[in-house]
Amino acid sequence: MTQTATDGTSDGSAGTLEERRHGEVDRPSSALAKFQNDPLPLDAGIALPTWQIAYQTYGTLNDTRSNAVLLCHALTGDQHAANRHPVTGRPGWWDNLVGPGRPVDTDVFFVICANVLGGCSGTTGPASIDPTTGHPYGLTMPVVTVADMVRAQHRLIERLGIERLFAVVGGSMGGMQVLEWGATYGKKVFAALPIATGTRHSSQNIAFHEVGRQAVMADPDWRGGRYLDEGTKPKKGLSVARMAAHITYVSEAALHRKFGRALQDREVVTYGFDADFQIESYLRHQGSTFVDRFDANSYLYLTRAMDYFDLAAEHDGLVANAFRGSETRWCVVSFTSDWLFPTTESRRIVHALNAAGADVSFVEIETDKGHDAFLLEEPEFHRAVRGFLTGAARAHGIAPPAPAPAPAP
Amino acid sequence: MNVAQHIPAARRVDYEVIRELVEPGSRILDVGCGDGALMTMLQEWHGVRASGIELSQKGVNDAVARGLSVVQGDADTDLDAYPDNAFDYVILSQTLQATRDPKRVLENLLRIGERSIVSFPNFGYWRLRLQLLVHGQMPRTGLLPDPWWSTSNIHFCTIRDFVALCDDMDVDLLRSIALNTSGQRIPLNAPWWFWNLFGEQAVFLLHR
Repeated sequence: MTQTATDGTSDGSAGTLEERRHGEVDRPSSALAKFQNDPLPLDAGIALPTWQIAYQTYGTLNDTRSNAVLLCHALTGDQHAANRHPVTGRPGWWDNLVGPGRPVDTDVFFVICANVLGGCSGTTGPASIDPTTGHPYGLTMPVVTVADMVRAQHRLIERLGIERLFAVVGGSMGGMQVLEWGATYGKKVFAALPIATGTRHSSQNIAFHEVGRQAVMADPDWRGGRYLDEGTKPKKGLSVARMAAHITYVSEAALHRKFGRALQDREVVTYGFDADFQIESYLRHQGSTFVDRFDANSYLYLTRAMDYFDLAAEHDGLVANAFRGSETRWCVVSFTSDWLFPTTESRRIVHALNAAGADVSFVEIETDKGHDAFLLEEPEFHRAVRGFLTGAARAHGIAPPAPAPAPAP
Repeated sequence: MNVAQHIPAARRVDYEVIRELVEPGSRILDVGCGDGALMTMLQEWHGVRASGIELSQKGVNDAVARGLSVVQGDADTDLDAYPDNAFDYVILSQTLQATRDPKRVLENLLRIGERSIVSFPNFGYWRLRLQLLVHGQMPRTGLLPDPWWSTSNIHFCTIRDFVALCDDMDVDLLRSIALNTSGQRIPLNAPWWFWNLFGEQAVFLLHR
């Protein structure tokens, strides 16, 4: 939520940014696993014959290959969890949690983070070039699901020669992937940490996503999804989508604390529709920086994947069925002020895991920072992650994370 | 369910008794586990696989930070989700009197565990009776230090009350142990009235 250096850049440098972003779609600066004529079956009933997945790694895989941690990113995240972003130059989105001596300690774990299927940062998605046509997929890309994302990640893990992951960790849409990993590849996951997530997208969540998608599709520059071929970009639509979504990531209390009714660079209201209030200016900024780093069609596909997620529906109407016989150690985390994935949703996960007889911890973190809290500096949250991974690492017979540094006096 | 936390672990003489009742290597659920002190001890003593439920967020966070499997939850509402016979032992240590519906909680304990271990302060203990008789005020002891207006204990019972409820629920008392103030056991051959008068707390191993 911090303001970035890209604020107020001239059109010329924004073009450079745009070129860098485009470059990352098919030829990412990250490591790349290519699957040529090695089809990936999708829930939509078809398969992607040729596809690729881009990923970052941190730390070293141990001799027994038992210290691998997979991070699953959220809707608008990417594989750059703990390194400087190649397009924006900003620090990794989970820099405060992942790194040497951090709770996800890269001194002892081999951490992998891959861009999701349907994303726009190197893994095959609607902005990628369809090898059969030589043009971007656009809307000809099959709709992907959370299960498809996880299937792709599983193929990557196999290719990396990892039999079993020590842990899978993720928040929000990343948390859905963690649940899916536990449900589908439970035997390959020693510990699972789903954060600020749910077993399904609620009606309200789908509603917000639909507002975002309609904003993108209402932009004349979207061109029925063919904007890449036609050389346009639905900036306005995607920006509005991001503005609406951003409101759902923060709590009313946090917004009010940060902005209140403060005016933006003026003493009195202008009796017009300029951004009089700081909150308006802030949201506009959020929208405009987002379009610099994200693809509009990708946003449609990924929001759809979240909407379709329903673990109960995949398992005869009962979430507990998804975890039957689970030998994974689970730790579910929620945040008190998260109204997008409220604690009740996490409790539903916990009850299902209890009903399945799984080994589960559940921590609710007191914070007023809303859904985004999982990305922010939240000492209690970090303490829980460190503690859970420490207990799990001992049980798994690998080195635990470093002890927490003493709190500042 | 953080009643247990108010009492220093050193004073938790019921832990020693629970230690005896639990078979090594078993699977236990500690309901109202506080910061996980009993779970940790049982893991060290008996190599049990321990899970816990704790109401207070601080208790849960401390326990999880120590690497224990603990769920933030309420004995009154969150036991329903557990399947039958999921654990060898379900332990409710010094917590029964703080639940809203002790009978329903007991039903759940007996359903979830092959066996249940319940310990509670005996409200029939002579010092409590005497305090009430002489001072006419709600009694307070080392085991029950809080005044009436701040205690989480809302369903006090005596040993006799508890045994009557178990009888009513067709529960077998596999082991019954009453402890006096210094943590010593009251002899087995003593009659119930003696236990009810001189036991400051009681520990029961239950089965149905």
